[in-house]
Amino acid sequence: MAAHRCSNCAALLILCSLSVFIVVDSQETTLNGGHHATTVHNPQTTTGTAEQTAEPAVEERRWEATAVEEATPDDDDDAAASDKQDTSAPETVDPSSVPQPKDDFQEELVIRPLHSGDIYASFQFRTVWETDFMRGNKVSHYRLFPKSLGQVISKFSVRELHISFTQGYWRTMQWGQPFQPSPPGAELWVWFQDSVTDVDGTWKELTNVLSGIFCASLNFIDSTNTVQPSASFKPLGIGNETDHRFLRYATLPREIVCTENLTPWKKLLPCGSKAGLAVLLKSEKLFHSSFHSQAVHIRPVCQDWQCKTTSWELRQTLNVVFDLHNSAQGKREWSLFKMFSRTLTEACPLASSSKIYIDITDNPQGEQFEVSPATPLLSQAVVLGDRRTFSVYDLTQQITFGTVRSLNLLIRWKSSEGDMLRPLLHAERYVAGYGLQTGEIHTLMYNNHPYRSFPVLLLDSVPWYLRLYIHTLTVTSKGKDNKPSYIHYQPSKDRLRPHLLEMLVQLPPNSVTEVTVQFERALLKWTEYTPDPNHGFYVGSSVISSLVPSIVAMDTNSTRERPLFSSFFPCKEESSYFVRVYTEPLLVNLPTPDFSMPYNVICLTCTVVAVGYGSLYNLLTRSFQIEEPSPGLAKRIANIIRKMRGVPPL
Amino acid sequence: LALKLNVLKRGQLAALSIAAVVIIVGVPLWWRTTETYRAWLPVNQINELANLQLQLSADVEVVFARGTVTPEQQKKVPLTQTQDEEHTVDEDTALRYRYETKYRTATIMEEDALNQPTAAEADLSLHTLSESPCGSLVVYVIPESSTLLPEDVDVYIGQRRTALLRIGAQMRVGRTLEQLLAHLEPRIKQVLQVMSFSHTDITAALSDRVRLSPGNKESIADSMRAFKSSPGYEITFSLLNPDPKSHRVHWDIEGAVQTYIQPLLTKLAPLANFSIDSQTLYYAMLGVNPRYDSSRSAYTLNSDSLAHVINPVEARLGSNAASSNPVLNFLLYVPDAHHSPLHIHDHKKQEVLSNAFHSPRWGGIMVYNVNGFYGPEAVFPVDININMAKVMGVFLAQLRLLLGVQSSAPPPGFLVAPCSSTGLADWELDRLMWSRTVENVATATTTITSLAQLLDQIGNIVINDNIAQQVSSAVTSLQLAVAELEAGNLGFALQYSKEAILASERAFFDPSLLHLLYFPDDQKFAIYIPLFLPMCVPILLSLLKIVSEARQKRRERQAKKD
Repeated sequence: MAAHRCSNCAALLILCSLSVFIVVDSQETTLNGGHHATTVHNPQTTTGTAEQTAEPAVEERRWEATAVEEATPDDDDDAAASDKQDTSAPETVDPSSVPQPKDDFQEELVIRPLHSGDIYASFQFRTVWETDFMRGNKVSHYRLFPKSLGQVISKFSVRELHISFTQGYWRTMQWGQPFQPSPPGAELWVWFQDSVTDVDGTWKELTNVLSGIFCASLNFIDSTNTVQPSASFKPLGIGNETDHRFLRYATLPREIVCTENLTPWKKLLPCGSKAGLAVLLKSEKLFHSSFHSQAVHIRPVCQDWQCKTTSWELRQTLNVVFDLHNSAQGKREWSLFKMFSRTLTEACPLASSSKIYIDITDNPQGEQFEVSPATPLLSQAVVLGDRRTFSVYDLTQQITFGTVRSLNLLIRWKSSEGDMLRPLLHAERYVAGYGLQTGEIHTLMYNNHPYRSFPVLLLDSVPWYLRLYIHTLTVTSKGKDNKPSYIHYQPSKDRLRPHLLEMLVQLPPNSVTEVTVQFERALLKWTEYTPDPNHGFYVGSSVISSLVPSIVAMDTNSTRERPLFSSFFPCKEESSYFVRVYTEPLLVNLPTPDFSMPYNVICLTCTVVAVGYGSLYNLLTRSFQIEEPSPGLAKRIANIIRKMRGVPPL
Repeated sequence: LALKLNVLKRGQLAALSIAAVVIIVGVPLWWRTTETYRAWLPVNQINELANLQLQLSADVEVVFARGTVTPEQQKKVPLTQTQDEEHTVDEDTALRYRYETKYRTATIMEEDALNQPTAAEADLSLHTLSESPCGSLVVYVIPESSTLLPEDVDVYIGQRRTALLRIGAQMRVGRTLEQLLAHLEPRIKQVLQVMSFSHTDITAALSDRVRLSPGNKESIADSMRAFKSSPGYEITFSLLNPDPKSHRVHWDIEGAVQTYIQPLLTKLAPLANFSIDSQTLYYAMLGVNPRYDSSRSAYTLNSDSLAHVINPVEARLGSNAASSNPVLNFLLYVPDAHHSPLHIHDHKKQEVLSNAFHSPRWGGIMVYNVNGFYGPEAVFPVDININMAKVMGVFLAQLRLLLGVQSSAPPPGFLVAPCSSTGLADWELDRLMWSRTVENVATATTTITSLAQLLDQIGNIVINDNIAQQVSSAVTSLQLAVAELEAGNLGFALQYSKEAILASERAFFDPSLLHLLYFPDDQKFAIYIPLFLPMCVPILLSLLKIVSEARQKRRERQAKKD
């Protein structure tokens, strides 16, 4: 240690809180020219007298000032030069020494007036961080990326994580395709890195941790509702690892989404709900809507075209559909303030881009609705196989906010005409049958394309208590049998795992394809029923994933600067685009016992047993003998009278 | 009549045999099928542990330098000497300290080392000569005339496990060896109390087991400041920037952790696992509005309001999702441009120069004013680089306090060497290890005994094999830890005590212990009664009848005899 020339320290500070004197002084010494500084500890006695005036009672948590000395380098003086300030300040503003941040944050809001008269608002927040969570690299210093999620990724070796919480059902036929589809309830799918050995154990732990982070009941995910889809859920980020051993998918259709899920979701944003677009996210308005969906997607993405550097992308999305007829008393008018009860005043200062897009494709000449304030900025983007035009408001520009320093977008409808392009693919599902013994699940898939047929992947995950009769599986389109080209079926095990059915079905043009399968309802153990068993049991949505033929050429370059809403699903070829459609969840009634019955049954059987046992016992232990017939009634009365008269009886 | 008697006899036999079947087959069957599974627990050993007799053994080597003992005294120097000191803490806990002192004279190389010009250099070269094991000490007795130590210093405590002790003036020459040893003994004890353990430290470490009579407030504050012993700690550095519109703050936390924190943690590695992370939180406000002090033209935070500062920030700090170890939070708060500069005031209304404070068992906060680094005409946002040396000096001091590396003021005449770049001397680590081992043993014994008590009291709890196994391994580790403490192997003792605490906590907090906790007896019997009552009543009645008949028969027979 002789190499360290420890210069002696400077000042002595006495700080007391309550009567505690802690004197710790640290010194720093510098090596010759080196940046390596060391701290030196040198306890000294304090000479102050402890003051004992009016001490508050010792609280559980007490605050004590820390006494620390700061010594400037080359200061050999040991005197009590107490007010030495650090003058060799490296803090001075020096732009050249400011490190280039490796993370980037963008925020975006897309507003699309729907033909039904509703308003669809889609928020997206994207944090991209150039770092490496892979292969046991310990990442521990966070800036924009939330620490809680980063720790989850590195601890559980997650490669891709997608979680969504949705309240309400997306009506594809009325509203068109959403930018980010999600099923009602909670959905979680995770790709683990191939270094994970015990995937099921990790998955269990991960769901518990996520349930804590998002205040949701994700801890109810267990082996009975987890499946490993073989084809439907491919990684959305880079990496061609497709071994579905490392994939887990689970839905909780019963999950209710509310404020307690929104608050932790907002906490993950770098600006919180204090600045930027997130100020609009007021829960009392967001949950007063027809549809609400919030999601978190984490995946590794490429930084550049050649994919030389990779980075981690965290996308937080929130989609909401407001029902305007309800809230506006029939007046067809809409504004930011009406919808969110807030207006915008600034962008998040940490965001590199902060934009609002308004879909005006169906309104090129302003004959349907009028947007104010008007913006000169227009942008075109190819999204969901269609070229759309958007008015753009750039919040990073001061001019957007005008003279009032606040942006309150206003849309006023002029006419309610116009029809929507029917979505090319949509699906529905229902349960048929009567009684509480058997039933039939019908899934209908609609291909609305006039002349193109395309294949779809159907994924069905059915709980074990509906016992599917897989031999009754039929797929028909246009009245003819349609043989799936690929079927992956994993039968259920009671109380262990659900059914998993995956099929690749070719949908003929302009047709409805119906998939039916019969099932039997199982009788549960009495502890397995939910607290309200007569409500029924939920069966999660079917997932239909497909490459739908596109009208316009899609952009296959995933790294080009594009609006966030159009860059979620990677696009491999120009002629088609990826769509995922979720059907309704099913609510199935199971045979439900009267829950006071067990005790009644116990009592009844016990009584029967006791009666049988009692007569047997009597037979075995009693001795039977012939008794003299008892005297007749007349004789008995006569005897009583004789007794009264004192005459001996007959 | 004979036939009637015969029939009666048969009925009695049938009743007796049914009763026998019920008692021999029915009752055990019912008992077996309804009993809760309870694995065997080492109850005797646990009860032994409830009565804890801890013995701490420390080895001290006393080396006489040339000029302290005469050659003929040298021959008479006893080789070893053992001293015992017993304390009874309460009825269940007793402590015994054993100091094993070895005496020898210095070797030639050690003499050379002691001839170095300064004590620090002597300490260093003595360390290179021999490495003493963890938990032991070497005290060099140097003559009064030695120039190693300054005038008023009698004892020099080095960075390692060595101390230099200067013989007092009255012991110059011509004294007997007994006098010399008697003179040295109390001072060596003092050295031991500074460098390895003192009774107050050890009793403070036992606080989990023993309810101490409240001493003075200072000692309570001392004992409450440091974190409880735990197998691991998470250290989180958070940069709070409430005003990202004005300040673009950069900190080189990675480099700073490598330079300042990591050496200390490497040194502390035998004690616990540490993991470090950092985050930046924007728009994180303090819980109180600082008051503007126009005389200083600065904003001030009073020490009374400090307690309210944290709560809103803490909600955003986030708990560590990946582990359940305690978290040490260190916050660096950069006040927003409109509330700068911000100063913390202590009870005497004086500015705290470090502008930092810490909260016991939680962490520390430092306020870092940046308004001096740009002028009034600066264009916002301003880029600011934080001087990590300044910040880490504060955090390191707080970290030492919170981890319990805290030296009570040394007695007069002692000089403690300033610690090295690792921020921690070897003997400080030893001190911490002594008290942590005792604390672990105390906590683990309390956990295990209360678990045993709980299981004993509530018969409905299922004890699975894995819990029994955890309990046994905790007990074994505890016994080993106590034995190693007795033998003076501090390192092993700490290791075993850590294992004990882990196993005992795992057993105590196992979720399976909750299963049948709330299954009351009255409900059970409500289910049994419809079956048991009609079955048992005839059996009992007929048994009673048989007994009364037998009694009557005997009476008749007696009457006949009479």
